[in-house]
Amino acid sequence: MKRSRLSLATREALWAYAFLLIPLAFFLFIRIWPAFQALWLSLYDWNADPAKRAFVGLEHYAQMAQDPLIARSLRNTLLYTLIGVPAQLVLGLGIALLLNAVTRERLRDVFRAIYFAPYVTPAVAVAWVFSWMLSANFGVVNEMLRAVGLPAQDFLRNPSLALPTVTAVVVWQNLGFQVVLFLAGLQNIPRDYYEAARIDGADGRQLFRHITLPLLNPVMVFSAVIGTIAFLQLFTQVVNLSFTDQGGPLHSTLTVALYIYQVAFGRFDLGYAAAITVLLFAIILLITLVQLRLLSRRVEY
Amino acid sequence: MNKRLSSFFVYTLLTLGALAMVFPFVWMVLTSLKSFQELFDLRWLPQEPTLENYREVLFGTQFPRWFLNSLVVAGVTTVSVLFFDSLVGYTLAKLRFPGKNLIFVLILATLMVPTEMLIIPWYVMSVDYGWVNTFWGILFPGLISAFGVFLMRQFFESLPSDLLDAGRIDGLSEFGVFWRVAFPLVRPALAALGIFTFLGNWNAFLWPLVIIQTPEMRTLPVGVALFSGEAGTAWHLIMAASSLAVIPVLIVFFIFQRQIIEGVVLTGVKG
Repeated sequence: MKRSRLSLATREALWAYAFLLIPLAFFLFIRIWPAFQALWLSLYDWNADPAKRAFVGLEHYAQMAQDPLIARSLRNTLLYTLIGVPAQLVLGLGIALLLNAVTRERLRDVFRAIYFAPYVTPAVAVAWVFSWMLSANFGVVNEMLRAVGLPAQDFLRNPSLALPTVTAVVVWQNLGFQVVLFLAGLQNIPRDYYEAARIDGADGRQLFRHITLPLLNPVMVFSAVIGTIAFLQLFTQVVNLSFTDQGGPLHSTLTVALYIYQVAFGRFDLGYAAAITVLLFAIILLITLVQLRLLSRRVEY
Repeated sequence: MNKRLSSFFVYTLLTLGALAMVFPFVWMVLTSLKSFQELFDLRWLPQEPTLENYREVLFGTQFPRWFLNSLVVAGVTTVSVLFFDSLVGYTLAKLRFPGKNLIFVLILATLMVPTEMLIIPWYVMSVDYGWVNTFWGILFPGLISAFGVFLMRQFFESLPSDLLDAGRIDGLSEFGVFWRVAFPLVRPALAALGIFTFLGNWNAFLWPLVIIQTPEMRTLPVGVALFSGEAGTAWHLIMAASSLAVIPVLIVFFIFQRQIIEGVVLTGVKG
């Protein structure tokens, strides 16, 4: 066999760098560099002609503090997250527990697939279906309300109902994802634990509190973090649920992501929009870190 | 609690929940079969079911083109992600070279940056390079996924290195070892990553909305959104368009539901 001039270790390293060449170029130019560029753009007043972009320093950040729509969109985004994430977790866990009690495996799979189906369907289409179902005069939801003697509601155009309504639609769509994760988590818990505890005289509620909940903790942290990040970036459903009045009545459904879109591609104020994206980034980072800290507890049995 | 009573309770609740999941789809299809006059007469079932709405959406708009565009965008992206993500995952898991940890951390760090922060620079970049309103412009940000790299690395790590060495002894090049020995062994992970990449890009809305300027370049979600926005109260047409966007996805889902759901579990537990 011909002896290679290079040592084996060098050869292996050279192959590795060759494999990584294109991907690294991608991450540097498409993912990392643009993140810094957003920071840089936030310090300038945008102009299509690069020579006319004026450096304004931190002015956009000062402007944000004065902008009532920033305050509004931040407040809304936090509200979406604070209602949506717990609702998703509780409902997801509840349905997973019910599914786990189904002994016929085929039937359980059918139910699981039904709950999961909305998660894979295009959010745009889902939003339009709901905006039809929830419409004030001819929506089927209001027909049902009237049929049981309740007053009809203008779900998407009433400023105090619009945000909870959008949240409900998002939860409806994401629920299946949570159900599938929780069900897998439940099925990973060894049966022996329950049997041993039952011999020691534990009742159903104690089993849930001391075995099920702690052992599901990793799954809960995962779904809480994923869910929070998704809610903080809410855009598609908000846009499509009230398409002609984006951001909803009196900006009651406006999210940070939608406001960024409007500032950037409606007003073409790309510098200011970039500053808001930096704020969103900081918020997501902070909340994720805090969540990971608070929620993760190692459980060992 | 009585056993029969509690199982009755379980099935009742699950069925009610399942109805809430299914009803919007049923309502969408029912509406899509109605004529404009029937929309507002408050009867649930279409009295004279018609496929006229579908004809109008399919032939009166560029819907087939949008469908094709989405297929191209999601297809190309998925192939690229599967290839590059496994190549990078494999390299980080199985090859030894200086700077490995730094590179891994760098790639992971990109997961922290939200898309919103990147779309403005991407847009500026696309204007500079003439990528606005092109297929390349729509799909370039998704060609490699950091999450996929992370996932594939986990899977390659669990492969025994002896197998790879056997390939080397048989005279395969390093790329041959990856492509012929390692790649085929992580098929379950590839299936999961592939399905999610495809669905994610098929349903993507924000970036395509920014970068697409003309009707014939629209992807399906952008097409449906803008068509519906213009259709106003023509809910029969909007529901036909929505059905056309949703039903193919549901069919694919129910065919592959086991693999798709196992994929979620796999990514959720491993990832």
